[in-house]
Amino acid sequence: MKILTVISGKGGTGKTSLVASFASLVPDRLVLVDGDVDAANLSLITGAREFESHDFSASKVAVVNPETCNSCGLCLELCRFQAVAGDFSIDPVACEGCSFCAFACPREAIEMQEKVSGRWFVSRTPYGALVHARLGIAEENSGKLVTIVRNKGQELAKASGKDYLLIDGPPGIGCPVIAALSGADAALIIAEPTIPGLHDLERILSVCRHFGITAAVCINRYDLGPEQSKSIEAYCLKEGLVMVGKIPFDRAFVDSMVQGIAVTEYTGGALLNRISGVWDHFLNVAEQLSG
Amino acid sequence: MINLAIASGKGGTGKTTVAVNLALALIPDYDNVELLDCDVEEPNAHLFLKPEFELEKAVGIPVPAVDHDRCTFCGRCSEVCMFNALAVLKDQVIILEELCHGCGSCAYLCPEKAITEYNRPIGTIKSGSAGKLKFGGGYLNPGEAMSPPLINAVKKMIQPDHISIIDAPPGTSCPVVSAVSGCDYCLLVTEPTPFGLNDLDLASQMVSKLGLPAGVVINRSDLGDDRGEKYCRHAGLPVLQKIPFDKELAGLYARGEAVVSHNREWRRRFKALFSGITGNKKEVSRP
Repeated sequence: MKILTVISGKGGTGKTSLVASFASLVPDRLVLVDGDVDAANLSLITGAREFESHDFSASKVAVVNPETCNSCGLCLELCRFQAVAGDFSIDPVACEGCSFCAFACPREAIEMQEKVSGRWFVSRTPYGALVHARLGIAEENSGKLVTIVRNKGQELAKASGKDYLLIDGPPGIGCPVIAALSGADAALIIAEPTIPGLHDLERILSVCRHFGITAAVCINRYDLGPEQSKSIEAYCLKEGLVMVGKIPFDRAFVDSMVQGIAVTEYTGGALLNRISGVWDHFLNVAEQLSG
Repeated sequence: MINLAIASGKGGTGKTTVAVNLALALIPDYDNVELLDCDVEEPNAHLFLKPEFELEKAVGIPVPAVDHDRCTFCGRCSEVCMFNALAVLKDQVIILEELCHGCGSCAYLCPEKAITEYNRPIGTIKSGSAGKLKFGGGYLNPGEAMSPPLINAVKKMIQPDHISIIDAPPGTSCPVVSAVSGCDYCLLVTEPTPFGLNDLDLASQMVSKLGLPAGVVINRSDLGDDRGEKYCRHAGLPVLQKIPFDKELAGLYARGEAVVSHNREWRRRFKALFSGITGNKKEVSRP
């Protein structure tokens, strides 16, 4: 079983649309994971039906007992996250859950309470199981939640003898991205042919290299920035990155999303050929590079 | 004067485009406009503004260092660390710096005072100007997981008598909260697709949880459907601007150029957007 992560650095380059399309090309051979737990969208275009859901509680929040508190102010002085207000109440959004105040409080007036900071789900799609999650609004620990859905996906894929675990990664380069990349056999970077797109490609590539993960590149909407598309191709050549294909701008992406289906289920012809070309090429790269 | 955050649940909806064009549209009329790039994982605003940087500073988080001569290997540091950043063995303390949140509890609570803290760099902040526009931004080192301390360092550069435009990261979790909290207004940039709507709903819940007044810009407003606008009407979110999809706009963006520098009509529209925000903010802040 191969673990394949689709990432981009920059948001909105088309990761989720392409992941759903790839899944439609190899039905029953994969398990899907939506690694964007902040803004999870993969279930919206894969006909997902939820059949399992779980609480996610990874963090604690400080709660002050006003009866025991003698307003000595030590917690306010020690907290580095500006979570303690002047009246010694705790701002649960700012609280990092570090428990420093609870350990230090001379009156033991602070208790750390478990909090549910999200939910994760296993759903059925026509292509295979989908593991996804919803982090609570303004919550922390997105990396941990990504690790949970990734591990669950891996477990399901192994147990059912699937060929691929396909992970739709979050944007950025921080902790949830690192969690979505961890253990991957190969990463597919969906690049956007713009000056910011090239800049973000360079940054996400450094992250892949930092963690020793092989990456291939696909340019989406390549015709909207023809010059920048060429720059990305030149950059890939220089960096020894395999370019697995280019996909043109096509309104069918948005139209199919409005219908709640993958673009490959909406249109055939040239676009379908392009997308399946990218997928096949990426699989070849993943097979070769990871043995 | 006003701290205005530009955010979105979904990535790639056009936050940076809106932030950059809004800042540049205000420049001829105001001497006190600044743009702060808080999307420290993928900072892009400088690519459009091409500022001259005058100041560059490394930002770190305080992580522990153990004095092994003083340490008795009692295990207290590991017990109080909620992030599993310290492991105490028989005659050694292992520190996993990348897991450390810099809370300082291990150093304070060590009974032998064997722990000191030093700053481990996680990124850089830079500041400078592009003509009359003041600019500041944060740049997370690739491989680093934690962006909020860097975002907070960028926000410390906010000048109180300025129109401060804050380009936030995508999402709804801790990095975004760090970027938008304490702002006076949050502009949510969305696109009229099911993904855009789903993520707008999350972003709108986030701003109401933080108690921020908010308005919406719909980008690529003619690609998709009208459910986003209906949502805004129901949620009482004013739609302050619609930007249709236009290959010329897409081309300018691709080349790293701002449309307001090329087109007067767009400059007028972004100035109107700012008036919309200040008008809307007054309405909202009325008791």
